[in-house]
Amino acid sequence: MSTYAQTADQEQGPPHVHHMDPVTAYHAAKFGMWLFLATEVLLFGGLFAAFAVYRWYYLSEFHHASHHLNWQLGAVNTLVLLFSSFTAALAVDAAQHGDNARVRKNLLFTICCGCIFLVIKYFEWSAKYHHGLFPGTAEFNGAEFNQAYKSFFGLYYCMTGLHAFHVIAGMGLLFWVFRKAQRNRFSADYYTPVEVGALYWHLVDLIWIYLFPLLYLVG
Amino acid sequence: MSHHHGSHSHDDISHELGHVVPYKVYATVFGSLVALTVITVAVSRVDFGVLNIVIAMLVASVKAMLVALFFMHLKYEKPITWMFAFFPIFLLGLLIGGVFLDNPFRSDPTVHVSAPAASSGAAAHH
Amino acid sequence: MSSQCTAGTCNSCHDDDHNYLKYPKGFWSWVTTVDHKRIGLLYLFTILIFFFVAGVFALLVRTELMHAGRDIMDAETYNMFFTLHGAIMIFLFIVPGIPATMGNFLLPLMIGAKDVAFPRLNLMSYYIYVLGAIMALVALIRPIGPEGLQKFLAGLGLIGPVDTGWTFYAPYSLQSGSSVIWMTGAAFVLGFSSILTGLNFVVTVHKLRAPGMSWDRLPVFVWATYATAIIQTLATPVVGITLLLLIMERAMGVGIFNPQLGGDPVLFEHFFWFYSHPVVYIMVLPAFGVVGEIIPVFSRKPIFGYRAVCYASLAIAFIGFLVWAHHMFVAGISDTSAIYFSAATFFVAVPTAVKVFNWVSTMYKGSIRFESPMLYAMGFVFLFMVAGTTGIYLATLAVDVFYHDTYFVVAHFHYTIQGGAVIGLMAALHFWFPKMSDKMYNETLARFAWVLDFVGFNLTFLPQFVLGMEGMPRRYYDYLPQFEPLHQISTVGSYVNAIGYTAALMNLLFAALFSKRKAPSNPYNSLSLEWQTQSPPLHENFKETPVVTDWTYGYGEPVEGGSH
Repeated sequence: MSTYAQTADQEQGPPHVHHMDPVTAYHAAKFGMWLFLATEVLLFGGLFAAFAVYRWYYLSEFHHASHHLNWQLGAVNTLVLLFSSFTAALAVDAAQHGDNARVRKNLLFTICCGCIFLVIKYFEWSAKYHHGLFPGTAEFNGAEFNQAYKSFFGLYYCMTGLHAFHVIAGMGLLFWVFRKAQRNRFSADYYTPVEVGALYWHLVDLIWIYLFPLLYLVG
Repeated sequence: MSHHHGSHSHDDISHELGHVVPYKVYATVFGSLVALTVITVAVSRVDFGVLNIVIAMLVASVKAMLVALFFMHLKYEKPITWMFAFFPIFLLGLLIGGVFLDNPFRSDPTVHVSAPAASSGAAAHH
Repeated sequence: MSSQCTAGTCNSCHDDDHNYLKYPKGFWSWVTTVDHKRIGLLYLFTILIFFFVAGVFALLVRTELMHAGRDIMDAETYNMFFTLHGAIMIFLFIVPGIPATMGNFLLPLMIGAKDVAFPRLNLMSYYIYVLGAIMALVALIRPIGPEGLQKFLAGLGLIGPVDTGWTFYAPYSLQSGSSVIWMTGAAFVLGFSSILTGLNFVVTVHKLRAPGMSWDRLPVFVWATYATAIIQTLATPVVGITLLLLIMERAMGVGIFNPQLGGDPVLFEHFFWFYSHPVVYIMVLPAFGVVGEIIPVFSRKPIFGYRAVCYASLAIAFIGFLVWAHHMFVAGISDTSAIYFSAATFFVAVPTAVKVFNWVSTMYKGSIRFESPMLYAMGFVFLFMVAGTTGIYLATLAVDVFYHDTYFVVAHFHYTIQGGAVIGLMAALHFWFPKMSDKMYNETLARFAWVLDFVGFNLTFLPQFVLGMEGMPRRYYDYLPQFEPLHQISTVGSYVNAIGYTAALMNLLFAALFSKRKAPSNPYNSLSLEWQTQSPPLHENFKETPVVTDWTYGYGEPVEGGSH
């Protein structure tokens, strides 16, 4: 068992694993994360496919329903996530240069942007809730409520909700990387967690890049 | 520790760590992403009919490509990573394509809207 | 030329203290193991328990169908029992099936690696599987006890055994007064486990092949498992989101699939089958790989058309993504799509037939030994051919309109999945048993059990083709008197089949626990890498990383050095 565990005197350089060399381990981890992102694309893909179908069914209603969303807040959130992706990329760059302080600074920016995103998202959701545009409220579930609106807001909450869950997961992952950077773990020889964590964070950004125009702009 | 890949080379096995991208590239990409966001919002304020969704998705795809190519370093990855990055998008296209081979061609595509209780009961299928 | 590993000479000297069964020691070392071989065994024991449980439900269902009218249970119980049978067999036994058990055990050994790429992730996927299994079992239990407790459980969505069948079709799954949320949640969690296993295997095959183990030297089992892993990784997320949406719909009233809320129930079927058609290839592709390994060894001939066999695995995986709506011909989909999906389905037959022809051609003029693994492999080829040809009937649009939801489909499905995947797993267990345990089982009993399996299986399901052609609908509790004789044959066949499986598995279990007959490292003189290391393999698989100089199927060719 001990062959898998990281030993104390190995705080610099890649962790020792018994079944592959460090370079292979780096590429395996990165390739594994790309595959995982592929699964995430298809997880959200089902929602995009459903959105395409119901948009085709209820074209004009979807357009009207999308006017209930606040595109200004959506745009601000887009910029926040784009900036967080930028700092995540810079964190990788810092790690590649072995600058753990800069890794910490950039990851902190990224995580803070994630928080800002979630706070704005929270205000958007609660505003919708107060207008009765929320599945589960009596008015929304009533028989007389527009069916197309049920579809649109059902998809809206599922898509943004699943996305928000990924934002939270990504922040957790980056925080774990941040803790490693606090121990000055990264160097030009070893920065796998930074790169893999950043890859995951970029996916969160990528999904939002499509969600924003679909939900807020063209509906 | 084992180095069982030693001097032997496989097409999909590398011997170096990742590519270091100049800082300027990241900054340029971020600037372009912001510009494209402004563009997509501006265009959506004008009514182009069906073209609105097409333009919005095109701009989104350009932004997505920028993020993937530079922030995610896809530009410097091996072909196998490209394959696994784009194959799910192809599969998603298949899913949407297959569904759209069905719904628009039904004899009455809106049947489930007008007759909500039409298809109740547990149909058993294999 | 057939000499496999040049640097592996030391791999033949035995080191019994460090074989994976003995090292490291202790119960804790097993439940926290990150060794792919031990994880394979953990999976094996778990799924075989579920195989037994779901098998018992199948026997109860068959017993009820022995005579027209009520035999041993009422109609509601019957609905629950066939759901239990289907859901447990599919989600807990056959989807993890060969990849999680034999794939885990063999994949790193076959490519000359020390482990899979992410060993801890591998252990995590096992425990995610266990969590999913527990959730599934909870969903299949009727809550009992004081009213307060029952109210509390109902608040958690636990309101009774699921009665939707394993397909959870909307809108019934949205209305059913049963623990659908838990069952679909379980399927989601199990899917996550399947994704992680698949991801691990894809990375392992790409990154951890031993020196010289190029793609055109990979054993066909590795190719098949690789193709399976791609489906696991890329198809499962779609059913994941589908089930999540179903849960949201039941819990929150989101309107995606419920027509009363503006949804389209047929869309559920599209999404469901986009995964669940490829998933039958997750079940059966690894069995193709197993058979592709066994037939050359017991025919002493190189596998015929190696490249065709390998590429056919990828082709089957790919075409599997293009054909899903052939499950929905009578669900109200448009004629346009029905015609496309019917036509596309015929293309599955091409790579599948390529494989069958290759197996048969491998046996042609071979020096065949009819030992139990080979018997199971040949049984597989026969049963799978029946499955494939009856699949052509069901792919045919006009014919399927009649056959849909009849016993014909039930028979076809069981020929594919039991005749294919389960018989494939039995073949694999008999073939690699000496490698996994270093013991030999009783060959006579194994062959006898095979006869019972083969005869019992055909006795169970051949009559069901006829029943289906005569119009017997599937999933019915009761039937017209003219169907009774064939139902009786089928029920008797299922008993014979059950005795066969029990005998075969007991034989293996007793051999593993009590047999004194040590198996040599390579009892069948196989050339592939997993047989070149000791039995049971070392904790780290190989003492020295093997260097591969040739493919693994050089049987019947002149041997240099006489080492084989």
